[in-house]
Amino acid sequence: MTEDGTTPATILDVDHVTKRFGGLTAIDDVSFSIRTGEIFALIGPNGAGKTTLFNTITGLYKPTAGMIRFRQRDITGLKPYKIADLGIARTFQQIRLFSYMSALDNVRIGEHPRMHAKLWDALFKTRYARREEARVTERANQLLDFVGIRPQAHNYARNLPYGSQRRLEIARALAGDPKLLLLDEPAAGANPQEKRELMELVERIRAQGITVLLIEHDMKVVMGISERIVVLDYGEKIAEGKPQEVRTDPRVIEAYLGKSA
Amino acid sequence: MSRPLPRNDRAMRWAMGTFKDRNRTIYTLLVIGVLLWPSIADVTTGGSGNHLVSTAADAGIYVLLAIGLNVVVGFAGLLDLGYAAFFAIGAYTYGLLASGQLSGSPLHHEFHLPFWVLILVAMFVAAAFGAILGAPTLRLRGDYLAIVTLGFGEIVPRVFRFLGAGSPIGNWTGGVNGISAIDSPHLPAFISGPWFGTSIQVVSPFDFSDSNWAPMDYYWLIILLVAICIVLVTNLYNSRLGRAWMAVREDEVAAAASGINTVAIKLLAFSIGASFAGFAGCYYGAKLSLVSSENFEFIVSVSILIMVVLGGMGNIPGVIVGALTIYIVQFFVLTNLPDYAVALSNLVGLGFLNQSSPGWVGLHDEVQRLNYIVFGLILVVVMLLRPQGLFPSRIREQELEKGTAEEAVFDVREATD
Amino acid sequence: MALLELQGVDTYYGRVQALHQISMTIDEGEIVTLIGSNGAGKTTTLRTISGLTHPAKGHVRLRGKEISGLPPDRIVTLGIDHAPEGRRIFHRMTVRDNLFLGAYSRNDGPAIRADQERVFQLFPRLRERRQQIGGTLSGGEQQMLAIGRAMMSRPKLLLLDEPSLGLAPILVDTIFQVIRDINKQGTTILLIEQNAAKALQVANRGYVLETGRVVKEGTAKALLESPDVQRAYLGI
Ligand SMILES: Nc1ncnc2c1ncn2[C@@H]1O[C@H](COP(=O)(O)OP(=O)(O)OP(=O)(O)O)[C@@H](O)[C@H]1O
Ligand SMILES: Nc1ncnc2c1ncn2[C@@H]1O[C@H](COP(=O)(O)OP(=O)(O)OP(=O)(O)O)[C@@H](O)[C@H]1O
Ligand SMILES: [Mg+2]
Ligand SMILES: [Mg+2]
Repeated sequence: MTEDGTTPATILDVDHVTKRFGGLTAIDDVSFSIRTGEIFALIGPNGAGKTTLFNTITGLYKPTAGMIRFRQRDITGLKPYKIADLGIARTFQQIRLFSYMSALDNVRIGEHPRMHAKLWDALFKTRYARREEARVTERANQLLDFVGIRPQAHNYARNLPYGSQRRLEIARALAGDPKLLLLDEPAAGANPQEKRELMELVERIRAQGITVLLIEHDMKVVMGISERIVVLDYGEKIAEGKPQEVRTDPRVIEAYLGKSA
Repeated sequence: MSRPLPRNDRAMRWAMGTFKDRNRTIYTLLVIGVLLWPSIADVTTGGSGNHLVSTAADAGIYVLLAIGLNVVVGFAGLLDLGYAAFFAIGAYTYGLLASGQLSGSPLHHEFHLPFWVLILVAMFVAAAFGAILGAPTLRLRGDYLAIVTLGFGEIVPRVFRFLGAGSPIGNWTGGVNGISAIDSPHLPAFISGPWFGTSIQVVSPFDFSDSNWAPMDYYWLIILLVAICIVLVTNLYNSRLGRAWMAVREDEVAAAASGINTVAIKLLAFSIGASFAGFAGCYYGAKLSLVSSENFEFIVSVSILIMVVLGGMGNIPGVIVGALTIYIVQFFVLTNLPDYAVALSNLVGLGFLNQSSPGWVGLHDEVQRLNYIVFGLILVVVMLLRPQGLFPSRIREQELEKGTAEEAVFDVREATD
Repeated sequence: MALLELQGVDTYYGRVQALHQISMTIDEGEIVTLIGSNGAGKTTTLRTISGLTHPAKGHVRLRGKEISGLPPDRIVTLGIDHAPEGRRIFHRMTVRDNLFLGAYSRNDGPAIRADQERVFQLFPRLRERRQQIGGTLSGGEQQMLAIGRAMMSRPKLLLLDEPSLGLAPILVDTIFQVIRDINKQGTTILLIEQNAAKALQVANRGYVLETGRVVKEGTAKALLESPDVQRAYLGI
């Protein structure tokens, strides 16, 4: 399965996945596997199909063909909330926070599937509900701390600066205790200093045992933290490998990096 | 800026807080109003305030309905245009099971179940209908729900009308005549036992069928029901479910990606909303002792929706104020408007306007004709002045208030200016 | 006279002060860049200029004429165009219609078509997707469209908030080329860009913002050589 012949535990298998929108093939028979615990990057020119692949993995789109397995289980075609519940969390390229909710509430929403208070508990504010709420709030605050925006916990999400909004999305995604985290351009709009902080944040996430699949256009970030990379172009996989291999691949340079990189 | 405040003087703090926190102010004023209303009614009418008290109890029904619809529209952001249908279902549930009506039906047996049991039954029946209606439609886009509920709201009263005498499956609902002579609620025997009678008179007898006392009893009953509902709905709003509704309303995709089963959570809001209408319907049937399909027409659904929107969607005290405002406008201001107009024209010397002549029906009737235009104008003006409603929800107020002074917290208006 | 002048501008969000005494000038024909980290107030500065937020104190003058307090649509007609961060395009309209809406306030038909042709030349992807609905474009494609729209409107002053956001490396150079081109055609540009090094290469002058204050200003060359700027924003 891999180049050295062993078959390490994979957490996600994308198996000959194709996605068409009408006449347009956004993903064209793409296959790759992500190993448990690694930081894996997905790169490619604009419109190559990266976000579409995220949407397919998380159940927003059904693939036209092919299969997606998460921890060896077939998740193709499951509903998004089911997939989130199984342990795949994501952030969005076009930030999708709950704008008129506080940062704290955004994270607590992320914890929703891990909460168990029932209608009864909610109506009568039972001890169980109060305790759970307290626990969840505590954890949400820790997560805000973890991504570094705790002081903004009580601001509306929409009022946070762009960079903090990206971090808040990460905190919300982590709140559901995912095993696999999909990050869609987390470093967009960050300056070099913030990019370094972000890379460090991703490393800390991985250190907690969470596998990371990353879309990113900033090559310093991608080359700096990812162990393996898949390159898409016009929906097709054109390269796969370690950062050094990918960076020198002539097809990748031609289609994506350009001469300047 | 900070006044010296005795550390332990909680009452004082609470009082100060009351003026700072708008919602608390509203609740405080409402409680005062509710307590004083019977006396006010008596004083202003010279001892015959029963009618006013009874009207206030009717207004309470609309408050209940508005609170319930607010769960659907304000919390979960679902547009329900047929809310009166669930109200009807609640009322008919009580009417059928607490009157002689069913003796004329193919069952040939009448039921007289107690109000306190039926109020729960009515809730569940309405909630079940909510679920049945919502399950297929909530998967679709928002606009479809509006249309389906609109249709449902039209169908339900018609079905009740149709199932009267002469329907192919027998007379169940009394058709156009509706169901009359419905039982009044009774207090359970352990409260209203023999010691409660007129002979002792420690406490006024609490008996809904005594025409002298009934208005007052119904008044306190609805206050109790409304109070319970406020507490329950406030709890819901502050729970994980309230949060999930808010999330679904804001961004369904993001909510689903966060693990929220969006269809299920919307369905829950829809059924809970329906159950409130069932609850209100049950009380309505008991108080009026009559249910008739024409009391649940589209205009009722629309009125409730207006109450919610005008009061401030999502904010419970706002919605209550909205309900009372619209109720007063509809049932006092508008109904009396023709008389006011006549009085005014006499006062300013335009009395001739009151005479009808060919091509002129007289001021009184003319104003009556224009009633709904006036109503519409009032709504337009209010919405222009306060597009968010009278008292909009400051989302998750208490949460946001905890932020330190440096942190930005403010409401929707900021966004648009 | 400066094309645009900010003088002692304070802007608040609610009780929070986001800008403190911001003063800056932009001369006709210049490219000026704002540098600063997350939350420094760059976007707020642009919003203040384009009328999306109003300053509590201070002046914003366009050619000496006070414009603070005017509604955003008035400011647009005065020739200031704002391409906000996070690409605001019309999600339910086609690429073509989005572009033509950019030229909404122009009435020089042939020139508009020529501009559209230029947009398509620079971003062939947009030509391929002329009929696609804006909201279904990929992130980078939407960014191209937002910039294309700004090119179509030919404003006097263009406010660009992070134009290279989400663009593949191969396109980043194109974007800066576009910025130069727009500028050569007579549009003055105020540019926010996290890629400060690139921004300073195209800009004439720059301002550095920290927590809502201007802490440094100078020619692009001077800023590029300043050790503080290098350390904080150039990642050197
Ligand atoms: N719903 C849709 N209908 C039609 N075309 C679509 C739809 N969604 C995406 N596309 C097209 O599919 C292609 C892949 O889009 P996708 O968003 O996956 O790109 P991407 O690799 O994430 O690019 P970027 O780096 O710019 O974000 C794009 O050309 C896009 O226009
Ligand atoms: N609508 C708002 N309400 C309240 N505070 C806001 C609002 N918008 C911005 N702020 C605050 O104002 C400050 C400046 O924000 P601004 O968006 O201008 O920063 P920026 O320099 O553009 O940052 P970024 O690089 O992340 O885009 C931040 O502290 C932010 O939290
Ligand atoms: Mg993308
Ligand atoms: Mg910004």
